[in-house]
Amino acid sequence: MSKILEKEIFSKNVVKLVLDAPEIARTRKPGHFVIIKIGKKGERIPLTIASADAKKGTITLVVQKVGVTSGKLCNLEVGDEVTDVVGPLGEATHIEKVGTVLCAGGGVGVAPLLPIVEGFKKAGNRVITILAARSKDLIILEEQMREFSDEVIIMTDDGSYGKKGLVTAGMEEVIQREKVNLSVVIGPAIMMKFAALTTKKYNIKTYASLNTIMVDGTGMCGACRVSVGGRTKFVCVDGPEFDAHQVDFDEMLARLGAYKDQELEAYERYMKTAETVS
Amino acid sequence: MENILEYLKEERSQEWRAEIRKSMKAKERTSRERVKMPEEDPNVRNKSNIEVNSGLPIENAVLEAQRCLDCPDPTCMTGCPVGINIPKFIKKIEVKDFLGAASVLKETNGLPAVCGRVCPQEVQCESTCFYTIKLKKPPVAIGYLERFAADYERESGKMNVPHVADSNKIKVGIVGSGPAGLAAAGDLAKFGYDVTVFEALHEIGGVLKYGIPEFRLPNVIVDVEIDNMKKMGVKFRTNFIVGKTASFDDLKKDGFEAFFVGSGAGLPRFMNIPGENYNGIFSSNEYLTRVNLMNAADPDYDTPVISGKNVAVIGGGNTAMDSVRTAKRLGADRAMIIYRRSEKEMPARVEEIKHAKEEDIEFMNLHNPLEYYADENGRVNRMKIQKMELGEPDASGRRRPVPIQGSEFYIDVDTVVVSVGVSPNPLIPKALADLKVTDWGTIVVDKETMQSSIPELFAGGDIVRGGATVILAMGDGRKAAAGMHKYIQEKIKAN
Repeated sequence: MSKILEKEIFSKNVVKLVLDAPEIARTRKPGHFVIIKIGKKGERIPLTIASADAKKGTITLVVQKVGVTSGKLCNLEVGDEVTDVVGPLGEATHIEKVGTVLCAGGGVGVAPLLPIVEGFKKAGNRVITILAARSKDLIILEEQMREFSDEVIIMTDDGSYGKKGLVTAGMEEVIQREKVNLSVVIGPAIMMKFAALTTKKYNIKTYASLNTIMVDGTGMCGACRVSVGGRTKFVCVDGPEFDAHQVDFDEMLARLGAYKDQELEAYERYMKTAETVS
Repeated sequence: MENILEYLKEERSQEWRAEIRKSMKAKERTSRERVKMPEEDPNVRNKSNIEVNSGLPIENAVLEAQRCLDCPDPTCMTGCPVGINIPKFIKKIEVKDFLGAASVLKETNGLPAVCGRVCPQEVQCESTCFYTIKLKKPPVAIGYLERFAADYERESGKMNVPHVADSNKIKVGIVGSGPAGLAAAGDLAKFGYDVTVFEALHEIGGVLKYGIPEFRLPNVIVDVEIDNMKKMGVKFRTNFIVGKTASFDDLKKDGFEAFFVGSGAGLPRFMNIPGENYNGIFSSNEYLTRVNLMNAADPDYDTPVISGKNVAVIGGGNTAMDSVRTAKRLGADRAMIIYRRSEKEMPARVEEIKHAKEEDIEFMNLHNPLEYYADENGRVNRMKIQKMELGEPDASGRRRPVPIQGSEFYIDVDTVVVSVGVSPNPLIPKALADLKVTDWGTIVVDKETMQSSIPELFAGGDIVRGGATVILAMGDGRKAAAGMHKYIQEKIKAN
């Protein structure tokens, strides 16, 4: 059980939750994720840790309502308990001084990107961060990102904030302008796919943090498998970060849709009960 | 060993045992037929989660117990990885002291109701029974009787909590709450240690919960045995991954003196053939975990599972049988086993194969998958299979399957479960740089004490064996508990 200590609503479908999880807070590193489950009948879903405070014993998650479990999680209030939280899982981001690092985050992918940006900055790198979203209200953690970035570029699809255009346009701009030694991209699979194609053109080493379907999160089930360089890897124990130029994003996209029908049906059922309750 | 033999002799010479032996002529005992296990109707059970074997009625258990000759040299015991005093518990059944029989079981086996259900007795105790080796007759049904005694005790509501020594306040940690970890935890608690079991999942029981289906091992039975361990003082921590949530060093700082690692064979193997990552293709671990641990087939639960109509399960082990029978229960029209050798080489228990056949499972033996194909959404819809024949024996002693050229053909499938074995979970070896592991990733241990290359760390079960049975894991857990006890006591003496 982990109690929710703070809740902040970022936008209609995105909330930030601070959870009491002292052990995880103490051992987690940038790139790590947790698995959470709500209630006895809940499913297990992975969420990358956005930040942690070892002294207070808390971890922060940024959650977007996309299905039943994320919906239930977003609806929890301060004082409520998350039934099961386990972690930290996965391999931590390999952070070292490389020169200039271009970090690109899309949607809620910005949240797990934050500790990575912080880590690279503290390791002595020049860090340029691109935050991308559909519109202004979906841009999150801008202030925190500015604190650890030498430059922050905002990209919105509709031009309601920052520059109008996709994340890749912002990346191109930076790459054209200056030497980039490394890139880290986190966001929806489709965004990571095109971000990886962009940096590949310029031969810039790029890491993507993958958020696949998982059950146990400890290597036991293989639900999270992806093809990387033609070989099957498990995101939970081999990742979640991989060389983005080697990841088969099309396969990953297909696998993310494995339960689309069941998920939609379950979500509709959930929304109905949620309505009757409220 | 000598002590054990003497102890057995002494036990056997007790008056009640001598009396019961004399109560019936050996000839009369051996002339009896072995009892049959009552089973649910195959066409009913393959549509529900009801347990397949329903257990012996009291009168049949007593009749079967009478078949046991209470041999002076109980060869059956040599086949038991946890060293159950088999003749003693069976004779307790014969005198209708069923609770007494359960106590005898629990002297050396913390999970008798589990073992009575899932142990392969036919290659263990029953294979070394006097009936099998000397009389060439069906052995005493030791497994059925074990289950009977354990079930009787549970249903009586008079569960006996094994005697626990006074607490020595020494903390020991168990990594993993599967059969190996539970066996080690039980013995260490009996020795008086302060035992904490760390489990990565949200439920206790490991493979007993996520792997073995309800129709073969109901979860409630596992829970009762775990409750009993809690009564013995064993502490359980779920959602805790040793090496991640806290390191071994963190736990040592918290006062843990020694550890037993029974983290299991976590990593499922795939065949690395084209199309294996299409949707609808699962590892058996994933498929069974969704259904058993997460209750995915129940619409009240949030976890989804695909209930296919044409399901192919690849492999011939017990896990393959569990998967294919689960698929049938989820409503498959065709639930098929695709296995590259013949039935004779199948690693699954004979009983499981028999049950599967009764439940309308199709067996495509001497067939091997070559490639999978998918629809426009990436969902598997067809597979290419090749026929095989048996060649010379390979390293495992089984005849090697050889492809028959030109025999390829296609079948329609919408769900595939790959059940071709597991590799050791890399989490623990990754967390300990000094730990000696084999090329396969299994932990290297001393065979007698189960001690690893790190003195305070012991290991057993699939993380050492790479994929075996519940009972072998339990045997390892018991051996390790003895090894840890000796190690800790010697360390105390040295200081």
